[in-house]
Amino acid sequence: MSVTVGVVTFPGTNCDHDTMEAVERAGARAEPLWHGTASVGQVDAVVLPGGFAHGDYLRPGAIARFSPVMGAVADFAASGGPVVGICNGFQVLTEAGLLPGALQKNRALRFVCAPVDLQVASDRSVLTAGVEVGRVLRVPIAHFLGNYTCDERTLAELRAEGRVVLRYVENPNGSVDDIAGVCNAAGNVVGLMPHPERASDPLLGSTDGLVLLRALVGSAGRRAGGGDGGPAGGPPGVSESARTA
Amino acid sequence: MDAAPAATPADDALHRALGLTDDEAASIAAILGRPPNHVELAMYAVMWSEHCSYKSSRLHLRRLPTEAPQVLVGPGENAGVVDVGDGIAVAIRIESHNHPSAVEPYQGAATGVGGILRDIFTMGARPIALMDPLFFGDLDDARTRWLVEGVVAGISGYGNSVGVPTVGGELTFAPCYARNPLVNVLCLGVLPVDRLVLGRATGVGNLAVLLGSLTGRDGIGGVSVLASAGFDAEAADDSKRPSVQVGDPFEEKRLIEACLELLDRHLVVGIQDLGGAGLACATSETAARGGVGMDVDARAVPTREDGMEPFEVMTSESQERMLAIVAPSDLAAVQQVCERWEVRATVVGTVTDPGPAAGDPHAGRLRILDGPGGSVLADVPAASLSDDAPLYDRPLAPPADLAERRADDPAALPAPRDCTEDLLAMLLDPSWAFRQYDHDLLLNTVVGPGGDAAVLRLAAPGLPPTGKGLALSTDSNPRWCAVDPRRGTELLVAESALNVACGGARPVALVNCLNFGNPEHPEVMWQLSESVDGMASACRALGIPVVGGNVSLYNESGGADIDPTPVVAVLGVVDRLERVPPSVALADGGSVVLLGRQASALAGSRWAVERRGHTGGSLAPWDPEEHARLLALVAELVGRPGLLQGIHDVADGGIGVALAECALRSATGVRAGGIEGHGELFSEAPGRVLACTADPAAVQAAAAAAGVDARVVGRAGGDRIVVDGLVDVGLAEATAAWRGALAGRLDAPGGPAA
Repeated sequence: MSVTVGVVTFPGTNCDHDTMEAVERAGARAEPLWHGTASVGQVDAVVLPGGFAHGDYLRPGAIARFSPVMGAVADFAASGGPVVGICNGFQVLTEAGLLPGALQKNRALRFVCAPVDLQVASDRSVLTAGVEVGRVLRVPIAHFLGNYTCDERTLAELRAEGRVVLRYVENPNGSVDDIAGVCNAAGNVVGLMPHPERASDPLLGSTDGLVLLRALVGSAGRRAGGGDGGPAGGPPGVSESARTA
Repeated sequence: MDAAPAATPADDALHRALGLTDDEAASIAAILGRPPNHVELAMYAVMWSEHCSYKSSRLHLRRLPTEAPQVLVGPGENAGVVDVGDGIAVAIRIESHNHPSAVEPYQGAATGVGGILRDIFTMGARPIALMDPLFFGDLDDARTRWLVEGVVAGISGYGNSVGVPTVGGELTFAPCYARNPLVNVLCLGVLPVDRLVLGRATGVGNLAVLLGSLTGRDGIGGVSVLASAGFDAEAADDSKRPSVQVGDPFEEKRLIEACLELLDRHLVVGIQDLGGAGLACATSETAARGGVGMDVDARAVPTREDGMEPFEVMTSESQERMLAIVAPSDLAAVQQVCERWEVRATVVGTVTDPGPAAGDPHAGRLRILDGPGGSVLADVPAASLSDDAPLYDRPLAPPADLAERRADDPAALPAPRDCTEDLLAMLLDPSWAFRQYDHDLLLNTVVGPGGDAAVLRLAAPGLPPTGKGLALSTDSNPRWCAVDPRRGTELLVAESALNVACGGARPVALVNCLNFGNPEHPEVMWQLSESVDGMASACRALGIPVVGGNVSLYNESGGADIDPTPVVAVLGVVDRLERVPPSVALADGGSVVLLGRQASALAGSRWAVERRGHTGGSLAPWDPEEHARLLALVAELVGRPGLLQGIHDVADGGIGVALAECALRSATGVRAGGIEGHGELFSEAPGRVLACTADPAAVQAAAAAAGVDARVVGRAGGDRIVVDGLVDVGLAEATAAWRGALAGRLDAPGGPAA
């Protein structure tokens, strides 16, 4: 059966069309969701795409988390539905309390747009289920506030529970522990700063982003098809990549 | 409130303070048949400013070729529009935001981006790419570094947030821009041909609806006081800072989405952006183009602060505003769309009957009213604000020492013993700037900043897939144009077309931004006139129509004019974009082939001007027919699957810099030979390309068939850049010089590296 991925547009979101296009390349149907509607409809997964929701005024995500759709996204996540926040979407998820930590300004205090290498650090998220841990993916970043931070206890938890999903091979922004993406305890809510939709066609120089988006579509399909409702990967905690701190 | 009579103007006459001459004030009185009042004078002052009226340049611009079958809209509208087939058109425009950026670099550059975007979506096109040619003084100067930081941050801050990728540009450093930097901004948009709209008001009784931001006191007199006068000796006049506007990219993003939705649903009959000269410009231009009149209620305009005078309301340059002409029956639907996007929509005027003399372009009146049915604050023929602007045939004269200068050939300069030091000093990696721009957004960027041309998919939400691509290059060379503005501009057009060919495209249109000094200096007017003639002849020879342009004059400080700086941008179409074209790169083991004729031409070159301070000589001649053959050959070679491993046009810094850039960008060494001395190494003779290939015989055979010279000049590989007898440097050392040239001076030593 076909999987439907809802892509939320806030005022100021600017990667919504790109994300819908890439989701379709990954084999799903994309459905636009409007921030002002307090429902996610009948979708099988939700993506909060990149951009500058509400202009990033006050603080990225600080206003977006009050948009009516966010209550529905939280309910969907609580029921085990796959939710992925890309870039600004990641910032919104941390502001909404659906993911731990925060994104602060890049160490160099400049916006940075460049392709980077990511290492898959865990396969127990809906975005990396079935992807070989340790695999390196080339995916672009484009952000000013992408420097992930959290307290030490949270970091220890994230690492112990295999919730660091992606790491930068060369840290571009000062993120703690080279973190590019994390997930919640259940693995069904994922946030990442890199833009997988921008690595979804040979003309764009990389198709590695499709590896992640296909994993998301697969996770959503298994859940919709009557799976266990949890993250589609293996048993929790076993696949955090070996890493010397 | 009336102005002093124009016949015997007092020194402190209002019209002078507003930037109008005594003669111009007299013309206004003649048009109105009475002295203008303050509101009227303020509107004429901004509309007749150099910036809005092109009064010094119009006469010359008429000589440019503007017609071709693919041209849907030529110069004079908000943007040029070209039909690229499959029912899709491309809108393109370039503008300057030089003086605001000199005064307040972040907001100056940011609002430059905002303004050019509005010019594009006004036409019904979705903006898909930005480019920024930038010109600054010497990086050793602290103020220059402040300007570079601010301008790049402004482009980044506005462009990234508004959601349009910045896919290229140029970065030029020369002492003449120290106090008067140039910030040019280009925008490209795409639209279905049938959504094309023009900024005109029609239908008596239709409503003028102001969309977007509140109107404030920011930017009053931006086009007249700021953009149409030079700077004093002291650093850009900080007292002019209040004439710079403040940008809000979030407002603009919502405005773009709202306007495109209004146009998609055919809810507006005309739409016009508010830029320079604000409401005065938008209301008079839409009315004049539609041959109608307009009543505007100055009190209905939502303002940011209380107590704004009507003249302030009419001439404010507050950003992120559009004027839509709407049939009363569609008003509710318009308001609904705007509500969804949280865009303010206010009825501020009505289209009025031009009366029985409807054929007369001056029949339509623009009236400014003090509240509905209130007193008339201004009443002028709408068309007179734009169409009756003065037209100056300013005196022009070549520099007195022109013959001597041209005879002073840099070939006579002593040859360097080793060219390595000169080469390293000319390397500059611009990625410090473009990494701050989001260049990947919209998934169209196949070749981004750093290539010869940006190459984009021809695609946007709502358009059918085409498989086509667009290539775009902006080019300038103030060194060439200072030596010879006519031939220098010809060579620029040639170079820009060649860059587009390196992206695999054929050129279809050109836009230009003419940045010059004070038009009241006869030498500057001569430069402008020569440059226009050079552009006209090159465009005719290559069959490229000019579809738009912008003129920026009074680029001077302390009485010194900038070097003539025409910027051209050539747009090309790739008929089948199926793979990523070869980039500025070498591949280990590949042969480096030089296409085009080698010649020693150092006049105006970076080596002569920057390295030796020598500004004389004559530019190399140019053979348009030979160049056209080269363009076709290069596009064909680029399109052949797998033939080329890299390609780069030979321009600034000659073969030496071109080879080094290919090597540095691919971290691959090269050994070249058969290059005769520094004259050939640093020659900037036109019409040459370096190609790296594993099959040089195939490249040479194709070149022979096309009648283009081609010879193998080197081989890629190793970890050094070597030109026999001239250059020998390790890749690591060259990389450090290349990277450090910009980043090393702008990132604080010891500061964060990432």
